[in-house]
Amino acid sequence: MKKEKEGWKDLPIGLVLGAATCLNFKTGDWRSEKPIWDSEKCTHCLLCWVYCPDSAIIVKDGKVQGIDYKYCKGCGICAEECPPKVKAITMVREEK
Amino acid sequence: MIVARTGNEAMAEAMRQINPDVVAAYPITPATEIVQLFAKFVNDGLVDTEFVPVESEHSACSACCGASASGARVMTSTSSQGLALMHEILFIAAGLRLPITICLVNRSLSSPINIHCDHSDTMASRDAGWLQIYTENAQEAYDTTIQLVKMAEKALLPGIVSTDAFIISHGMERVELLDDKEVPKFLGERKVNYSLLDVDNPITLGPLDLQDYFFEHKRSEIDAMDNVLPIIEKVQKEFGDKFGRYYPIVDEYKLDDAEVAILVMGSTGGTAKVAVERMREKGKKVGLVRARVYRPFPKDAMAKALSKVKVVGVMDRSDTMSTLGGHLYNDARSILYKSDNQPLMKNFVYGLGGRDISIEEIEAIYEQLFDIQKSGEVDKDVVYFGVRGE
Repeated sequence: MKKEKEGWKDLPIGLVLGAATCLNFKTGDWRSEKPIWDSEKCTHCLLCWVYCPDSAIIVKDGKVQGIDYKYCKGCGICAEECPPKVKAITMVREEK
Repeated sequence: MIVARTGNEAMAEAMRQINPDVVAAYPITPATEIVQLFAKFVNDGLVDTEFVPVESEHSACSACCGASASGARVMTSTSSQGLALMHEILFIAAGLRLPITICLVNRSLSSPINIHCDHSDTMASRDAGWLQIYTENAQEAYDTTIQLVKMAEKALLPGIVSTDAFIISHGMERVELLDDKEVPKFLGERKVNYSLLDVDNPITLGPLDLQDYFFEHKRSEIDAMDNVLPIIEKVQKEFGDKFGRYYPIVDEYKLDDAEVAILVMGSTGGTAKVAVERMREKGKKVGLVRARVYRPFPKDAMAKALSKVKVVGVMDRSDTMSTLGGHLYNDARSILYKSDNQPLMKNFVYGLGGRDISIEEIEAIYEQLFDIQKSGEVDKDVVYFGVRGE
């Protein structure tokens, strides 16, 4: 069943919401191009992680693990910033 | 303690005694002294305030918003163009329900450029969602500054307390100051439900609010305005009970047996009271209504007051530029639409850009009101009083 939206009397006063509400907003479905990460080529320099505007590069213990497609908008900045000699990320057309 | 103070000095003294956590301000004539004196209090260690000398009023109001959202008690001061430059942030402060207090001096908005009194600056901000209280003299400005901090924090609405440029701001008067210790005791600590600086309990403040929730949030803000008059009354009464100076929402003077009355705001209220005295000595039954609280508009108290007389002359120190006359006139007319006891009403727009208004001129307005009472007709709804060439 769909959740009913609150009436004005039930809202917190002054536009205050809980923290990190952007986690509920899955921006991955905006994507028209998708980054493909190659674990063989990756040197784990983490430039993609630094530049990603959506914190969509998954890193564990200083190593890239992959891309979080729930939030990746497909902007291609990671592929652009990946050093030319490495080229571990390539953008491909998103398929329907 | 009885002292001689200008309106600006009185407001600065009130700010010193309130000892706000943060003051972010940019100076502007004729409110400069308020900030200047307060900066000296900061420098001399008389207050604990974090004073932020910003680069514009837009920044001043923005800094006030940030500080207020962190839970601080926040004040600033401005006038005219300064308030205009704050304009977009005024709505944000109100929407986020941040109880900031502005000590304002009413001055004409450009153009033509002018530094003297009219109410065009605050009138242009009347729909921003701020409380607005217009004072008659330095004493009222001092007392109301202290009161407004409490009203704002209780209602979670920002507020403006204003004085008339130069007439009050630079005119020296007898002012009774409260004891330094009494003011913080009267105000108490600001209580908050959240703070931007509380990293253990993070929040999102002021997010994008689209078709699905914006209307509900605005409705809640309107509700706050709907419910603030009892809060204002309560704080005024508490102040009176403690310190002996009582203030009404609508100031009525010799109204009960009056046949005609003037409705006015600001320092002209004081001038008009003298005119009332003089007319009464001549046996003429005149009264006065002064709108002290203007936002929210005290519709019930005001309708009740105006219905007591046969003719009302509304004196506006601003014009709506809509061909409908002044702001106060439009509000006053509107609340009487359903009244069974509608007085005849005429609007006198006067004193723009600080053009002086004398006791004799106000007496002349009363005489015009008697003429209207006699004829039963208002020849012209809106007149521009005291302008050359009319």
